[in-house]
Amino acid sequence: MTVTTSGQRRTPKVAKTNSVVKKVVMAVSGIIMILYLIAHMIGNLHAFQGAQAYNDYATWLRTFGEPALPKRTILTVIEVVLTVSVLAHMWAAFSLWYQAKRARPVGYVTKKAMAQSYASRTMRWGGVIILAFIVYHLLDMTTGTVNLAADKSEPFDRLVASFTNPWVTAFYVIALVLLGMHLRHGIWSATQTLGQSNRRRERTVNAAATSLSVLLIAGFLVVPLAIAIGALR
Amino acid sequence: MRLTLRIWRQKDPSVKGTMVTYKLDDISPDMSFLEMLDVLNERLIMDGDDPVAFDHDCREGICGMCGVMINGKAHGGEHTTTCQLHMRSFKDGDTIDVEPWRASPFPVIKDLAVDRRAFDRIIQAGGYISVPTGTAPEAHSTPVPKKDSDAAFDAATCIGCGACVAACPNASSMLFTAAKVTHLGLLPQGQPERYDRVVNMVTQQDLEGFGGCTNIGECSASCPKGISMETISRLNHDLLGALRAGVKPKS
Repeated sequence: MTVTTSGQRRTPKVAKTNSVVKKVVMAVSGIIMILYLIAHMIGNLHAFQGAQAYNDYATWLRTFGEPALPKRTILTVIEVVLTVSVLAHMWAAFSLWYQAKRARPVGYVTKKAMAQSYASRTMRWGGVIILAFIVYHLLDMTTGTVNLAADKSEPFDRLVASFTNPWVTAFYVIALVLLGMHLRHGIWSATQTLGQSNRRRERTVNAAATSLSVLLIAGFLVVPLAIAIGALR
Repeated sequence: MRLTLRIWRQKDPSVKGTMVTYKLDDISPDMSFLEMLDVLNERLIMDGDDPVAFDHDCREGICGMCGVMINGKAHGGEHTTTCQLHMRSFKDGDTIDVEPWRASPFPVIKDLAVDRRAFDRIIQAGGYISVPTGTAPEAHSTPVPKKDSDAAFDAATCIGCGACVAACPNASSMLFTAAKVTHLGLLPQGQPERYDRVVNMVTQQDLEGFGGCTNIGECSASCPKGISMETISRLNHDLLGALRAGVKPKS
């Protein structure tokens, strides 16, 4: 006699929230972060206008709307929205990760991929690495804690101090390429999750995801690389 | 053909299984994969050994009963069911790994046979339309646009074999559920229960312990019927509509 336990009796705690709702949280928070990344990338390009313009841009961000708005209003709003987005994105990711682990406790002896891309396979660990990079990036460029420039440095000084160091530049390049792959799969996945994809649109969505990711990451990479090769000081 | 088979042997759910190696000579390339397993089982029975348990029924690719992981690919990765996979797809002297579907909602019953009743419960949760039985109504009384009927038919070709779950890195049953939601949701007869259906079926698949979909696409690539990823987008679209309309899953 064979007795098999029904899946129903082992009702997992993770099932309390609909798995598709988790994906929607992931998609919406991801879109918010992409919008921020676009603004961030364009803002970075001020570096090519010289140190003065770059530092002025940083000051403008802090004094935006003064005196009608208190100092750092826009930055604080962005920081709050981003923190909420990152936390929501992480909650959804870890929760789905845990759910997937529970769904296949015994793995295959042999398993071969049929279609999965490197980008889709590295979403989880790639995401963890990107998070570590964001923490480092904030300590480097925002607070200057791990930056090699002197105390009370201007934003442009910190830029030059970091990217004249080949190790720091290499780390930024690797993290940004990882971010690009994360976005490549993320944009396609968000389109699916929000129910906006279909067979006819699939190619367009994938092409758009690839080009947006490549453009965005290229825009981010030009500043550190220009400094690293000495074209920008 | 001479083959080396490595097959997952597991006496019952309570004991741990392991891969066992068998050598086969004189296999015809015209045999189906299941016929090849039949030859092995005949030999095992003659030798007084326990034959390898595997699921099968129609052996013509329409019932969805047979399904094993062959060399790490669901149904062998040839866009067909295991019963329609022929030995000519392999080379003389090949080593073939055969494993059951792996997912906690699909517990192994014995060897390669798994319990797929989780799929039945997902269907019970909403994969139906409520209509009075009786004489079939006149088909022309409910017009269906050609585009919709074609897409609904494509989704309806899902045979519920479970390859999508087996191939998915998350062990998600999303493609199966999405095929059913798409099939019924595109037809006029499926409209009254459209929102309840998607909410209840997704709730049930979560309760069964399937993983969440991350749109990797292994399912669609492994599906013997080629169910498209589009169905998943349709399910998500319906689910968002249902949640906006305030539909709650039945308890």
